[in-house]
Amino acid sequence: MIDLTRRKLLAAGSAAAAFGLAGVRPALSQASVDFAGKTVEWWMPFSEGGGSDVWARFFAPYLSKYLPGNPNVIVRNVPGGGSITGSNEFVARARPDGLAILGTSGSTQFPFLLGDARVRYDYAKLIPVLVSPTGGVCYLPAKFEVKTPAELGKIKDQELIYGSQGATSLDLVPMLAFRLLGLNVRHVFGMQGRGDGRLAFERGEATIDYQTSSAYLTNVRPLVEAGTAVPMFSWGVLDAQGNVARDPTFPDLPHFVEAYEMLHGSKPSGVEYDAYLAFFGSGFAAQKPCMLPEGTSDDIVATYRKAFADAVADPELQKAKADVLGDYDQAVGGDIEQLYKVATSIKPEARDWVRNFLTTEYQVKL
Amino acid sequence: MLDVFITSLHNLLTLHHLGFMMIGVAVGLIVGILPALGGIAGMSLLLPFVYGMEPTAAIAMMVGLLAVIPTSDTFSCILMGIPGSSASQATVLDGFPLARKGEAARALSASFAASMIGGLFGALCLTAIVIVARPIILSFTSAELFMLALFGLSMVGVLSGNSLAKGVAACSLGLAFGAIGTAPANGGERMTFNSLYLMSGLEITIIGLGIFALPEVLDLLRGNSSISSTGKLGRGWLAGVRDTWREKWLVLRCSTIGACVGLMPGLGGSVSDWISYGHTVQTAKDKSQFGKGDIRGVIGPEAANNSCAGGNLIPTLLFGIPGSGSMAIFLAAMILIGLQPGPGMADPNRDLHLTYTVVWTLALANVVGTAACIALSPSIARLTTIRFVLFAPFMILIIVFGAFQSTRSFEDILALLIVALTGIFLKRFGWPRPAFLIGFVLAGQVETYFYQAVQFYGYTFPLRPIAVAIGLVTIASLWFTSRSRSKKKAGDAPGGIVTDIEFEPEENVTAVAKNLWPQVAFTAAAVAFFVFTIIEGAQNSFLDAVFPISVGIVGFLMAAFVLFNQYRGAIGQGDAGNLNFDQDSGPDNGSLWRFVGWLVGFVAAIGLLGFTLALIGFFLAFLRIVAKAGWLQVVILTAAAVGFVLMLTSVLYMILPGGLLQHYFYDSMVWPLR
Repeated sequence: MIDLTRRKLLAAGSAAAAFGLAGVRPALSQASVDFAGKTVEWWMPFSEGGGSDVWARFFAPYLSKYLPGNPNVIVRNVPGGGSITGSNEFVARARPDGLAILGTSGSTQFPFLLGDARVRYDYAKLIPVLVSPTGGVCYLPAKFEVKTPAELGKIKDQELIYGSQGATSLDLVPMLAFRLLGLNVRHVFGMQGRGDGRLAFERGEATIDYQTSSAYLTNVRPLVEAGTAVPMFSWGVLDAQGNVARDPTFPDLPHFVEAYEMLHGSKPSGVEYDAYLAFFGSGFAAQKPCMLPEGTSDDIVATYRKAFADAVADPELQKAKADVLGDYDQAVGGDIEQLYKVATSIKPEARDWVRNFLTTEYQVKL
Repeated sequence: MLDVFITSLHNLLTLHHLGFMMIGVAVGLIVGILPALGGIAGMSLLLPFVYGMEPTAAIAMMVGLLAVIPTSDTFSCILMGIPGSSASQATVLDGFPLARKGEAARALSASFAASMIGGLFGALCLTAIVIVARPIILSFTSAELFMLALFGLSMVGVLSGNSLAKGVAACSLGLAFGAIGTAPANGGERMTFNSLYLMSGLEITIIGLGIFALPEVLDLLRGNSSISSTGKLGRGWLAGVRDTWREKWLVLRCSTIGACVGLMPGLGGSVSDWISYGHTVQTAKDKSQFGKGDIRGVIGPEAANNSCAGGNLIPTLLFGIPGSGSMAIFLAAMILIGLQPGPGMADPNRDLHLTYTVVWTLALANVVGTAACIALSPSIARLTTIRFVLFAPFMILIIVFGAFQSTRSFEDILALLIVALTGIFLKRFGWPRPAFLIGFVLAGQVETYFYQAVQFYGYTFPLRPIAVAIGLVTIASLWFTSRSRSKKKAGDAPGGIVTDIEFEPEENVTAVAKNLWPQVAFTAAAVAFFVFTIIEGAQNSFLDAVFPISVGIVGFLMAAFVLFNQYRGAIGQGDAGNLNFDQDSGPDNGSLWRFVGWLVGFVAAIGLLGFTLALIGFFLAFLRIVAKAGWLQVVILTAAAVGFVLMLTSVLYMILPGGLLQHYFYDSMVWPLR
């Protein structure tokens, strides 16, 4: 009811505006969108200080700089419920007026992909305006004397231990990857973040680990230089055609698919690999999308896409981005749809397989 | 090494650096004094400005804020009984009773002095320890952290008040509350009633406000007086400082505890707070005044929480693992300004000078902050002399608004209401609330670290050397406690165990009830809750079920024991002894339920009309009907409250809780209403 009324009002409003201005400007011109004096709320379903929060706060001033009228862009944290709460609230509350945008992360995409009944947001209906990839490197202790992924067969029968944040968290990606590789890994849950997992590795409790790129560079590279850890492979990134490619931060390191080939002699395939690809895309290659609500007019969408494209091209952002965004290409403008689709969709049989896998192997109730 | 010191000192003592530090200190003072806001709010306030700042200036500003908050939030602990942050809940226990006795001034100055010494001592320890901190932190694995958590739980012995059975039951209740939400091992959801809100568990802020603050406010409303029962502020600014000086060894011991706990990633401020309070009680010769206004109960935890804030910096800087919510934001800010924390921060050839700058800024800001707090206290302490009925709506407003900051949903307020009801009964029937808090604070750690330790080291994990040492300390501490317990008269209690500390009774209240049925009903409800915990727990996979079932069984046995004796007392067979405790059995000074009704009404109005309208209605009605204030006063106070909230929310871009009105007519509402 209300929705309808609002739409009518909006329609009436824009019609009035169009008549009032006597069609001076074409309807789809970006110049008709002006946020001067307004406040844009960037909804963040995580609490202050997390990775996604930092990401949004990093972008916020640049977004403000390149949106017409330079609106005040603030980050609105709505934490709780593993980021489902805030995202649900966004789709229920946000109006398609360009003053509310939503930034999510793999942890928000995963329950959607897994078909969690409590999810009320539908990525297919939200409109992406920016997609930020991230990456990471998987590494082993040097004591195994495994130098490259090709030698992973040496520790095939040995039980490795991985400090995990939970079976349905972002650590689902390494879980599926290790399984594909045929490694025998025990996942010890309850880690509060990847930092905890790294600590467990440094204590010798965990014997396989991965860190996201920037944490790897500051915290694990010293271990590699000291000769106590050996990098195995990076997760890789997705190129414009949706193929897995080497991570630009680690051009000398094979990516996961290459590692698989080095070990098994053939490319991975099958439903397990489809499942891995979906969660890898959602958790790494296209981890953080920023979206406008359903029903936002094309000119507002175009305005936002242009603003983000300009922001990413800003030399100041390029200079400052290292620790927050890494060397990854931010998907803006035309590149966005493909990557967004990878991050937010999964083949039905792959979904069923993962659900079944999690329920039978890890007693997860879905 | 020396040149690192010199570089850091040089950094520290520039006008530029000191200037930004002062800005941080000033924001920290304001944010700390306002009870609804803690370190997280303060840090998020600074975050947007940090961006693009020169790194050392940004760090000076943030560290200035971080250093002052554990000092300035003492105001609300002592003057209003509202825990200023989750790391200062224990201060309320003795601080607030001191304010009620009219000794607010003494309590404040003692606590500030202790904070300052704690902060300085913490900084000193950190300076020495930074270079070797890495191996130390790495040697504390999940096994050792579990043993430390157990040590924390063993403090229940000292914090149990007059009955150990009730203490253990209250602690189990806290543990069970802590088990609500997603389990650490297999991610099963326990006692969540399929609600997304409960999925991430109850927030410690809400527990603190509900268990301590609200029951006190409602209780105080019954006696129509000011917070300070004498209506006076009391002298004793110097007396407080002298108290701290007299207890200097206690201060140093508690600062050590704080720094050590802060150093361990994963334990956090509230753990250090409660362990140091337990330690203070345990090592005191005369324990009779704890919980009723013993100055040592303020000095110990306050010394600890400041040094803990310093200790917290180490895992944050060296490992990039934040020890608390505000540290998480500090970390985020560091990344935003281009500093990635890691091992380089302890390397003399790289960023060690930065770490020292941070640590010493912390020390310096501590001194400045303490001086400012002492200067501000006389005027702020005057709040305790205001007629309480005029002051109470502001406190309720602050508590509700503070609870809402946890996840910014209406459920926060509902959760607060439910926790507050639990708190009211715990207080009334003499179930020790500190024991409940210890349980709640440690629930996550006990479960997670136990599970991880078993996974990593098998069931022989307690045999690791450091774990054995911690185990021995725990046993020594328990022995110490039981000896002091058994010295006391033991004969007349059915449990045979009595302590000398009674946390709950107010002065001059006979708590031995003739009619035991209300107590029987509450204990029966607790028994039922433990049964529920067991049943709910059992529906999960083995790993997720072990903890709630164990807690449920211990709690059930203890509560059943209490119930059995109380029931026998109720039907006239025998005397329930020290298990018979009902604060409301004494001379009647008006029912508490009337005020609970007001609270429920306020919450319901928020649910219907949203915060702004509910606030106006609540203030008008309460001040007019309960406080019987004149219309002019009513209008001025209401306008002040609304103005305060609206200013705060617009400056900090906060949102206000919405109700059904906002849900259905969101588009036709304008700002303060929506």
